[in-house]
Amino acid sequence: MTIVLGIGFILMLIGFWGLLTRRNMIKMVLSIAIAETGLQLIIIAIGFIKGRTAPILNSDVLKLEGVLKVVDPVPQALVLTAIVIGVAVNALMLTFIIRLYQQKKSLDISDYRAMKW
Amino acid sequence: MTALVILLGSGMIVAAFAAIYLKNLIAAVVAAGIVSLFASVVYLILAAPDVAMTEAAIGAGLSTAIFIYAIKHTREEEVEND
Amino acid sequence: MIKRSISLLVVLGFVLIFWKMLTNWLPMTDLHGVAKEYVSREPDELGAVNVVTAIVVTYRGLDTLGEVSVLFLAATGVALLLRRRGKKIGAGKRKRPSSEFLQTGTALLTPFIIMFGVYIFINGHLSAGGGFQGGAVVASAMLFLLLTFPGYKFKHTVLNWIESISGASYVIVGILGILLAGGFLDNRILPLGEYGKILSAGAIPVIYIFIGLKVGTELAGILENLKHEH
Repeated sequence: MTIVLGIGFILMLIGFWGLLTRRNMIKMVLSIAIAETGLQLIIIAIGFIKGRTAPILNSDVLKLEGVLKVVDPVPQALVLTAIVIGVAVNALMLTFIIRLYQQKKSLDISDYRAMKW
Repeated sequence: MTALVILLGSGMIVAAFAAIYLKNLIAAVVAAGIVSLFASVVYLILAAPDVAMTEAAIGAGLSTAIFIYAIKHTREEEVEND
Repeated sequence: MIKRSISLLVVLGFVLIFWKMLTNWLPMTDLHGVAKEYVSREPDELGAVNVVTAIVVTYRGLDTLGEVSVLFLAATGVALLLRRRGKKIGAGKRKRPSSEFLQTGTALLTPFIIMFGVYIFINGHLSAGGGFQGGAVVASAMLFLLLTFPGYKFKHTVLNWIESISGASYVIVGILGILLAGGFLDNRILPLGEYGKILSAGAIPVIYIFIGLKVGTELAGILENLKHEH
């Protein structure tokens, strides 16, 4: 599925563009989340094989000849955990933003010059 | 199938641009939720039901709620009566 | 303006890289290497119907333990950063209660949503789903409660105990694998049973129940901390 690969790349590019140009910190975290979704789409699309079914061997045919009938299960296992970790890391980033906001009452990243080196 | 993927993909790209450029933060978060929701349908088409379930429950549901709570806590009037 | 053009240059660089990758990419036509081994050997070796579950829980079990630790650390970080510094919550403002319909609907639906989440992680080895998905559904039920009842607080001792016990049991089951079977997190410490039945695949359902409880309580904890922060 080359189309899905292309969509994933475009989503990643949109995420990078947002991360580099937005000033609002919540928008930056949103951009990271979008780039993450794009990357996950790419990984799943790489494991896809045309005309095959999901890696759940719930019939005798699939159990015996699964190698010829199912898509690659390894990328799916990777993405499965990556999604859960992604949301936890996003929550941590948002927590830092809430604490920063309480210091200076601003969401604009350029107001936090004290952290620049 | 290809037509459906193209349709979902263009929807995702439009929603991603909306998430980045919308002025209203709540609307932007909902647009990002739409990206996740459409992605979960694409996973289903790509024969990955496990990933589709995770993305629908976490990406579209919990993640949106976490962002909305964070936006609620970074508004002026919330903090002034603190 | 100069900042924006640098950003544009960076993104164009990525476009170039991605374009090369996209045009040189050949779709997979067959399973190779480790994936082929997993799919062909898994039914006899581990007895789980869902190959993704077998990989997540057993073949790559150590990775999953690491992922659960990352989740735990992130949840702890959120709780630590947002802890209340001796202030009472919700002081000074009265929250408007939800409507009768919403309250009744929530009270009626929440047990069923939690039951669905538990169903998903008990059946993780037989159909699509598992601990991570089921835990997320349980956390969604908690979110439902938090949204409907503004002052709602979970019983923290219960949540903490569930989380700690399931985390510790996960590691203990893993160590039992070293003692009784082939290695860390080996599922053959329990009999494999009949292929496709609910009590099969050795320790995979047990481990996935622990993962589900842990993920569910941790995500619920993150949501509650973010809601009541002040």
